Amino acid sequence: MDFSYDDEQQALREAVRGLLSRSYADFENRRRAVAEDPGFDEKTWSRLAEMGVLGLPFAEEDGGMGAGPVEVGIVAQEVGRVLAPEPFLTSVVLAGGVVAGAGRSQQRAEVLGAVSSGDCLLALAHAEPGARWTPSATSVTATAASGGWTLSGVKEPVPHGARADLLVVSAALPERAGTGLFLVPPDAAGLSRTGYATHDGGRAARVDLDDVPATPLGAPGEDATAVLAFALDAARVAAANEAVGAMQVALQTTSGYLESRRQFGVPLKTFQALTFRAADMYVSLELATSLTAWATMVLAAGSPLEIAEAAARAGLQVARAGRHIGQEAIQLHGGIGMTAEYSIGSYTSHLTALEHLLGDAHLHLGRLAGAVADHDEVDPLQ
Amino acid sequence: MQLQLSAEDAAFRDEMRTFFTTEVPTDVREAVAERRELTQDQLVRSQRTLNAAGLAVPHWPAEWGGRDWSALRRHIWHEEMQRACVPPPLAFNASMVGPVIATFGSQEQKERFLPATANLDIWWSQGFSEPDAGSDLASLRTTAVRDPSTGSGRAADFVVTGQKTWTTLGQYGDWIFCLVRTDPTVKKQAGISFLLIDMTSPGVTVRPIELIDGGHEVNEVWFEDVRVPADNLVGEENRGWDYAKFLLGNERVGVAPVGATKRVLAQAKQWAGSVSVGDGRSLLDDPLTAARVAELENELLALELTALRVVANSADGKPHPASSVLKLKGTELQQAVSELVVDLAGPASLASGAGDGSALPEWARRATPAYLNLRKASIYGGSNEIQRQIIAKTILGL
Ligand SMILES: Cc1cc2nc3c(=O)[nH]c(=O)nc-3n(C[C@H](O)[C@H](O)[C@H](O)COP(=O)(O)OP(=O)(O)OC[C@H]3O[C@@H](n4cnc5c(N)ncnc54)[C@H](O)[C@@H]3O)c2cc1C
Repeated sequence: MDFSYDDEQQALREAVRGLLSRSYADFENRRRAVAEDPGFDEKTWSRLAEMGVLGLPFAEEDGGMGAGPVEVGIVAQEVGRVLAPEPFLTSVVLAGGVVAGAGRSQQRAEVLGAVSSGDCLLALAHAEPGARWTPSATSVTATAASGGWTLSGVKEPVPHGARADLLVVSAALPERAGTGLFLVPPDAAGLSRTGYATHDGGRAARVDLDDVPATPLGAPGEDATAVLAFALDAARVAAANEAVGAMQVALQTTSGYLESRRQFGVPLKTFQALTFRAADMYVSLELATSLTAWATMVLAAGSPLEIAEAAARAGLQVARAGRHIGQEAIQLHGGIGMTAEYSIGSYTSHLTALEHLLGDAHLHLGRLAGAVADHDEVDPLQ
Repeated sequence: MQLQLSAEDAAFRDEMRTFFTTEVPTDVREAVAERRELTQDQLVRSQRTLNAAGLAVPHWPAEWGGRDWSALRRHIWHEEMQRACVPPPLAFNASMVGPVIATFGSQEQKERFLPATANLDIWWSQGFSEPDAGSDLASLRTTAVRDPSTGSGRAADFVVTGQKTWTTLGQYGDWIFCLVRTDPTVKKQAGISFLLIDMTSPGVTVRPIELIDGGHEVNEVWFEDVRVPADNLVGEENRGWDYAKFLLGNERVGVAPVGATKRVLAQAKQWAGSVSVGDGRSLLDDPLTAARVAELENELLALELTALRVVANSADGKPHPASSVLKLKGTELQQAVSELVVDLAGPASLASGAGDGSALPEWARRATPAYLNLRKASIYGGSNEIQRQIIAKTILGL
C-alpha cells in the first residue's frame, strides 16, 4: 500500500491548482461566477478541457485521457479547495461515468469525446422527488412505441440541468424490467427545464418530461441499475476527495483567522478553548483523508462490491468530518463566518451540498449497519 | 415538589393557547410554520395583536404594560406562543431596550418610549457590536462627545461618530440603542454610555450585509457626526456597561427557544413520516432516524425542565447565572434540530433556490438555508464560548 502520488500525478495536481487558482484564488471571483447563470465560468471550463481534465476518467478510444480514480481524486480535491463551481463532479465524473458504463462504443465516443473537448456539458437526470439516492428510477417511465422510446415524468434536482447540452435520463422500463438509461437533447419535444441556484451557489433544475422522444443509451430495454450504482459509488469517492480539499482549506482559513483576529487585546489563538477545537478539526480531516485515499485505491483496484463498501465507508467518515469542520469553521470565526462575502460559510454550505447530492451519513451508516454481521473485522489490506 | 399545574395555571395555559391559536393572524403563523422569513409588516401586526391583549411585554413593570405573572406563567406564555407558531415580540424592544428604559430611564423617557416600544410603533435596533468589538464588547470605539455650543455640562448634545455592525433588521429600525464611548481615559468598561439614537438623524447610514443563506437580516450602521440630544442618554453617563450587562442577561434567557425547537422537531416527525423509504415504510420507521429524534426529544425535555427549575429560582427578577446553560444548550439543540431537518430532506435539500414551481416540498427546500442561518445562534447573544466562560467562572468559580 502506498499513499503517495507519483511524479505525473504531482504534476497534474500542480497544473490544476495553477489553473483553478488563476480563476478563484480571489474568493470574490467565485462569488461573481456563482451569482449569475450558468453559475460557473465558461472560460475556466474551456481551459479545463484544453488541459485534458474533462476527459480524464474516459478511455482513450472514447476520446478521453484514460486516467484513473487517483487522478480524478486529485482534480476533485483541487476543485474542492477553491470551491470551483464548474461541474467536474456532476457532469464529468457522474454523468460521464454513466455514459462510460452504459453506452455502446459509438455512443461513448460521440458523447464522451464531446464532454472531453468541453463541447458538451452533460447532466444526469436521475434524482426523482421522493427518492433517496437509489440507483433505480420509478416515477419517470419509459415507453417503447413503434416510433421509438418516449419518457414521461419529473426529475428533480438535476445538477446543472438547465445549462446542459445533453441529458442522460434514467427511467423505469416497461414490465418492471428495471431502470433504463436514455439520451435526450435539450430541444426535444415535450421537455422543459426550470433551473435554479442551490444553496452553495451550484445549479440544479426541475426537468419535466412529457412523452419526450429519447434514444436508449446502450442496448434498448436493458436494465442499467448496476451501471448507475457503480457510477454513483465512483462519484461518491470523487465527492469525498472534493470534500477533503474543501476541508483542508476550511481548516487552513480558520487557523489563519485565529492568528489574525484579535479580541481582548490578544490574538484568538491565545485561547486554548479555540486552538484545541482547531486541533480536533485537524483530527477529523486526517481521518477523512485516510479513508478517502483508501476508497480511491479500492475504486482503482477493487470489485464492485468492495467499491460499494469503500464508498459507503468514505462517505460516512467524510460526511461526519464535513459537518464537524464546516460547523466549527463558522463558529471559530464568529459573525464574519456567517457572511456571504467571506469565504468560510460557502465551504460549510458546499460540504453540506456535496453530502446531500450523492448520499448522506445516514444512508451510508444504514448500509454499513445492515452488514456488520457479515464480517469479523474490517481489513483494509485485501 | 409538585408535578401538576394548579387549576388556575392550567386555565391560564388554556387561555394562552386559545388566544395564540385564534387571534394572531394566520398568515404570520403559517410563515413561521413554514420557516419562511417574516416580513416587517407581519412582525408588526403580530406584536400589535399581542399588545392589544396585554401579551406583548408581560415581564415589564405593571405600570408599563407588565402583568406581574409568576415565573411559571411567563414560561407558559412563552412556550404556548412558540408552540402556536407566534413570533415572539421583537426582542430588541420587548427584552432588551424596554426593560433597560423601564429600569434605568427617566420618567420622560419611559413615557415617550415604553408604550411605543411595546406596540412596535418604534422598531428598535441593537447597536452594540463593532467590527473590532465582538466578544470583547467593552473595547468598542464609537464615540459620543458633548458639544458645548449646545448647552453646558449635562445639557449639551452628543456628537456620535463610529461604526456598528451585525445590526439585526437595522433596515427596519426607527431607533437604535447604542453603547458609545464617552470617556476614553478610564478603564474601558467605565467609559461607556447607553444612548438612544433616532435612525433618521443626519449622518446615520445603514448598509446591508448578505449572510450565507442569501438573506439580508444584518447590517452595518455608520455614524458620521450624528447629533443626539442630551435627553437621549439612558441613566447616568459612563454607566452604560452596567445597563448592557443587565440587558445581555435578559437576552440570554430569551434566546433559548425551547418551545420553537420542540415545535420544529414535532414538524420534523411529520416530515419524516412523509418521506417514503420503500415497502410502505417512511423515514420515521427507520431506526437510525427514530433514535436521533428520541435523543433530541430527551435533551429538549431536560432543557425545558431546567428552564422551569431555573426560572422558579430567580424570583428577584435578575437573570440566574444558569441562564447561560439555557443559552448554550438551547442554541445547540435548535441547531441540531435544523440539521436533522436537512437530513430528512435528503437530496431535496439541495433545491433551496427553486421556487414554488418545484416538485419538491417547501419544507425540504427551506431546510438548508434554515440550517445555515441558525449557525448564528451559537455566535450572537454572547457566543457559546463566552457562555462556557460564564459558567466556569461565575458558577464553578474557576
Ligand atoms: C446573525 C447575527 C446577528 C447579530 N445581531 C446583532 C445585533 O443586532 N446587534 C449587535 O450589537 N450585535 C449583533 N450580533 C453580533 C454578535 O453579538 C457578535 O457576533 C458576537 O458577540 C461575537 O463577536 P464576533 O463576531 O466579533 O466574534 P469574535 O469575538 O471575534 O469571536 C470569534 C470566535 O472566538 C471566540 N472567542 C472570542 N473571545 C474568546 C475568549 N475569550 N475565549 C474563548 N473564545 C473566544 C468566539 O466565541 C468565536 O467563536 C449579531 C451576530 C450575528 C452573527
